[in-house]
Amino acid sequence: MHLATRSSFHYRRKFTNALVQCATCACALLVLAPLALIFYHLFKSGLGALNWDFFTQLPKPVGEAGGGMANAILGTLELLALAGLLGVPVGVLGGIFLSEYGHSRLNWCIRFAADSLNGVPSIIWGMVVYLAVVLPSHGFSALAGGIVLGLIMVPLIMRTTEEVLLLVPQGYREAALALGISQTRTILRIVVRTALKGIVTGILLALARVAGETAPLLFTAFGNRYWNHRLGDPIAALPLQIFNYSISPYEDWHRQAWAGALVLLLFVALINVGVRVLTRDRFGPNS
Amino acid sequence: MTNPERLATLPPPASQALRDVEAAGGTSARPAANELALSVRQLSVFFGRTQVLKGVSLDAPARAVTAIIGPSGCGKSTFLRSLNRMNDLVPGARVEGQIRLFGQEITGKAVEPAAVRRRVGMVFQKSNPFPTMSVADNVTVGLRLNGQHRRAELAERMEQALVMAALWDEVKDRLHAAATSLSGGQQQRLCIARALAVQPEVLLMDEPASALDPLATAKIEDLIFELKSKYTIVIVTHNMQQAARVSDYTAFFYLGELVEYGTTRRIFTHPVKKQTEDYVTGRFG
Repeated sequence: MHLATRSSFHYRRKFTNALVQCATCACALLVLAPLALIFYHLFKSGLGALNWDFFTQLPKPVGEAGGGMANAILGTLELLALAGLLGVPVGVLGGIFLSEYGHSRLNWCIRFAADSLNGVPSIIWGMVVYLAVVLPSHGFSALAGGIVLGLIMVPLIMRTTEEVLLLVPQGYREAALALGISQTRTILRIVVRTALKGIVTGILLALARVAGETAPLLFTAFGNRYWNHRLGDPIAALPLQIFNYSISPYEDWHRQAWAGALVLLLFVALINVGVRVLTRDRFGPNS
Repeated sequence: MTNPERLATLPPPASQALRDVEAAGGTSARPAANELALSVRQLSVFFGRTQVLKGVSLDAPARAVTAIIGPSGCGKSTFLRSLNRMNDLVPGARVEGQIRLFGQEITGKAVEPAAVRRRVGMVFQKSNPFPTMSVADNVTVGLRLNGQHRRAELAERMEQALVMAALWDEVKDRLHAAATSLSGGQQQRLCIARALAVQPEVLLMDEPASALDPLATAKIEDLIFELKSKYTIVIVTHNMQQAARVSDYTAFFYLGELVEYGTTRRIFTHPVKKQTEDYVTGRFG
């Protein structure tokens, strides 16, 4: 008897293996299909409406052709800046607390709260900020929009910051402390510095995530067809403009909604590429 | 100096007093001829309910190498980490007893751990240069983050430390390369340079060569031999040959207690306690 005998069992095993491999591969490829579909439709329907005016002009009044979404593009950037002002410091410092200080039971509570908040539907965030900020201040505003996006970012950034800080080997903390460096400086100048790429990645991913949020902005930023220079006034945002245009009855607005969607997607994709570049290890051994 | 030569030139017992204490069966030694760098009295360390060190008393003479040997879990590292207050970082750790550094008390809440650590440097088992910094920045980090910013001074202290750590010739042309681009042995000497740059009085070494190949180990041992003319060194090692090669005094720890302490030559040739003899002859541990 020798081991090379090809029994029927051998062929059945080969067949099963091939079958499972195909099934897993097909499922994995399924992830690509929706992305390809989205890009296909956006390019097909949106590219035609993309022109210089789109990036530089205000929306035209109903019935007039042309115009652009310049105010919405700028508005989204403003909202992201406001959101970052709230979300980045609170999220990063909170993550530092969870990883470096803190008490195990308190940390458990904070983690549980952050994880629960990460699962809260964004429309609920919008309603809460509507009640807490918009109603008391008697009006929709850029500020309220920035606050709601910032609040959504806080738990996201907090958890990713904590996770990348925990990846920093304990040996670096001990080495720094053993040099007589204070705990605060050890954390800020050694530990956070070591994990900085990961922290920035978390921030960028959180920004990309809230850049496309629409529902919370309906209750807060509301949208605006003109330039807005004041934090207390409603402000336009790409997702809002896309939403408003796509439910309108006008063919021209539909095209612009597609173009806006394309711009938003490219913006988010750009952030993701930035993350990839950032997390790529540029310093290989002996570089 | 090669290793056999070094073994042959081990210093004689420090003093009559040392021998007297040992002859009396005491576990504490007081080499009177030398200045004392560290004087430990009745040191006990608890982690939660577990007592890891049980009333250890030991004197480490200045400008000499004291080796701590013993089987795993005997409290060697805990003892070493008590000397620069690193046990303070362990949640639930409690330290009792007294440690004096050149006569000054360094235990207790009134003493700032960071101040102790600036005087008692430490080198760890696993080399841990900061990966985000260059070779030069790694050496000066202790100075910079303790408030020293004068460039000329930093450059001078960096070169001094690298020369002392016998690394200058190997890295002087790539001071601004990433520290992680150095070899394992170079990284460990970089960590020694980093500890030396803040000019401590005592250098603690926790198995500094256990992750290195024999050649890199020999370099570290040569370095220890050079450094003891200026520094007091306390080294924890699993490697008894290494203790015999580099140290002047050896303390044998077992189950959290100091079993025997004396000159390295005596511990390895005429141990008083049976446990010590069994350990250094390789019968257990």
